Amino acid sequence: MADKPLRVLVGKIGLDGHDRGAKVVAQALRDAGMEVIYTGLRQTPEQIVETALQEDVQVIGLSILSGAHIQLIPAVLEMLREQESHDIIVIVGGIIPKEDIGYLKENGVAGVFSPGSTTEQIVSFIKQRFKEKK
Amino acid sequence: MSDQNNLDELLRAKEAWQEKVNKALEKQPERKEFKLDSDLELEKVYDPLDLEDFDYLSQLSWPGQYPFTRGIQPNMYRGRLWTMRQYAGFGSAEETNQRFRYLLAEGQTGISVAFDLPTQIGYDSDHPLARGEVGKVGVAIDSLVDMEILMNQIPLDQVSTSMTINAPAAVLLAMYMAVAEKQGIPLDKIKGTIQNDILKEYAARGTYIFPPRESMRLVVDIFSFAGKEIPNWNTISISGYHIREAGSTAVQEVAFTLSNAIAYVEAAREAGLEVDQFAPRLSFFFNAHSNFFEEVAKFRAARRIWAHLMKERFGAKNPRSMMLRFHTQTAGCTLTAQQPDVNLVRVAFQALSAVLGGTQSLHTNSRDEALALPSEQSVLLALRTQQVIGHEIGVTDTADPLGGSYFIESLTDHIEEEALRYIDRIDEIGGAVAAIENGFIQQEIHSSAYRYQKEVEAYKRTVVGVNRFTDSGEQSIDLLKMDPATSRRQNERIKEIRLSRSQGAVNSALQDLRKAANGKDNLMPYILTAVKAYATLGEICGVLREVFGEHQQQNIF
Repeated sequence: MADKPLRVLVGKIGLDGHDRGAKVVAQALRDAGMEVIYTGLRQTPEQIVETALQEDVQVIGLSILSGAHIQLIPAVLEMLREQESHDIIVIVGGIIPKEDIGYLKENGVAGVFSPGSTTEQIVSFIKQRFKEKK
Repeated sequence: MSDQNNLDELLRAKEAWQEKVNKALEKQPERKEFKLDSDLELEKVYDPLDLEDFDYLSQLSWPGQYPFTRGIQPNMYRGRLWTMRQYAGFGSAEETNQRFRYLLAEGQTGISVAFDLPTQIGYDSDHPLARGEVGKVGVAIDSLVDMEILMNQIPLDQVSTSMTINAPAAVLLAMYMAVAEKQGIPLDKIKGTIQNDILKEYAARGTYIFPPRESMRLVVDIFSFAGKEIPNWNTISISGYHIREAGSTAVQEVAFTLSNAIAYVEAAREAGLEVDQFAPRLSFFFNAHSNFFEEVAKFRAARRIWAHLMKERFGAKNPRSMMLRFHTQTAGCTLTAQQPDVNLVRVAFQALSAVLGGTQSLHTNSRDEALALPSEQSVLLALRTQQVIGHEIGVTDTADPLGGSYFIESLTDHIEEEALRYIDRIDEIGGAVAAIENGFIQQEIHSSAYRYQKEVEAYKRTVVGVNRFTDSGEQSIDLLKMDPATSRRQNERIKEIRLSRSQGAVNSALQDLRKAANGKDNLMPYILTAVKAYATLGEICGVLREVFGEHQQQNIF
């Protein structure tokens, strides 16, 4: 049986306009056979969750370089829990100081991809997670 | 070189060399393909044959002479070095003022203000969308009170100030003018720059507010107002920096920046301004990336293209209108989080390329900027890097020292040619505004960014410490810690201002601004009145949002 392609939301949360990484990752995921929905800039946690549910995605990839991750990313996870969307995994890319990575993971972030990560690492991380789930 | 005998002799001699090369290649093949970032395959060596039609007077001439390829000053850095201007700002106005005064005390010669994202997008610190962002990537400025604190004890008649502000540039400029007035400084004495380059915000940087047409009106209003009131102010800094950071090549950086510049010149002329009235105050901002010679050639090519455009296409008469004056920043996107001290070396080479390319001012990035905003110690090293280049290594002792190099001149010609090809394409699309609206420029930038990433991942491009020469050990570095209380304190300050100001004066200033925005008047005087009444940035931009609407981005990848 052919697997249905994974659906991924790539979102720019917060106000920063640095979308180079988000767009490169979005294209790499699409090239790897996933269906990608890219939100564009300046998304609030509410908008991210709403789009993720509407689009029925399995993965949310959030890009943020402004330093507002501490407030904004746990808010996304909190809302997902409220919606009982336990199947959606959240991964994060951008400038995230090392000491914040633990905090984000404690809040339920599945993976954090710092500068220098490859698109290949991100693709295989996602594939691996969904292989395990089956 | 045009002498036929000489040419034949050269060709014969070159054949002998070519034979040697062939033999050498049999023993040892070359390491890889040698290409510029802009995809040109490089020759093994450059020689007079590459510059057969070269004409010194028309292509180079002397520094300070049209077409300014060799620089805009007749003796370049022998008179005055470039302005050492470190982009700085974080937390509150108090903290940033401290950092400015520290940098000035350490020998920095100009100020460059980084604003936080809510300020850049026209929201007050207490706006719901400012959540988590206040004071993070720059200083939070909500009202004139913050600007007064930011510039406290900085003599605005002696220091020039650059402000990286775009969509709400008019408001921050008005605040700066109001502070100068309070310091008792005549407005014709203040010097500085506002970025005010909205087109690259749509294409690459993302801090737009209003739709393009309305934004262009604000830009032109500033050109016109500043021309009369603040003659020493650079009314725009047309920026390739962020286009390059978003992933473009060097050629695209030049082409898209100059296409944007053409759009501004055309908009100003349509509004009835004479080209020589405003063009001398246009300034530029480029990226200094890692391919050293390509970067040097890029700066030289950009100057030559601009001079030709202004003279031939726009009929400028004043040589100052034809001079491309620019600020440079080293490439943030080349900094690595791995082995951060190695960034010092990258930055030094990039900065050197900017100086050899004839920059008027320079920001050197700090080694820790792939991790956080820079610490005081890291910023000091970055500034010291400029001081070494300026004072120790002799590269400033003669103008355009690489001029006449076969390689540099060939590259300069190549970049000029390729950039002009892009500019023609953009003209065919209908100019930069149309090429941004239909996504052409964004798509071109994204394709280059994607190609770059794939090359790194395929090891076709080496990034020391990332895909080669990696180090398993962790390099520890002390990072700047942000004060988590900034947001709360900003909100308290806004409350105090709202209580202490004359609300009647604010209301009427905002009402007048609304009326003017709906009409055709220059908006600057209205914004200045509102700012002086202590209307907040969010209130002023709020009025303009109501009248102009907001830009909706297309999501292209």
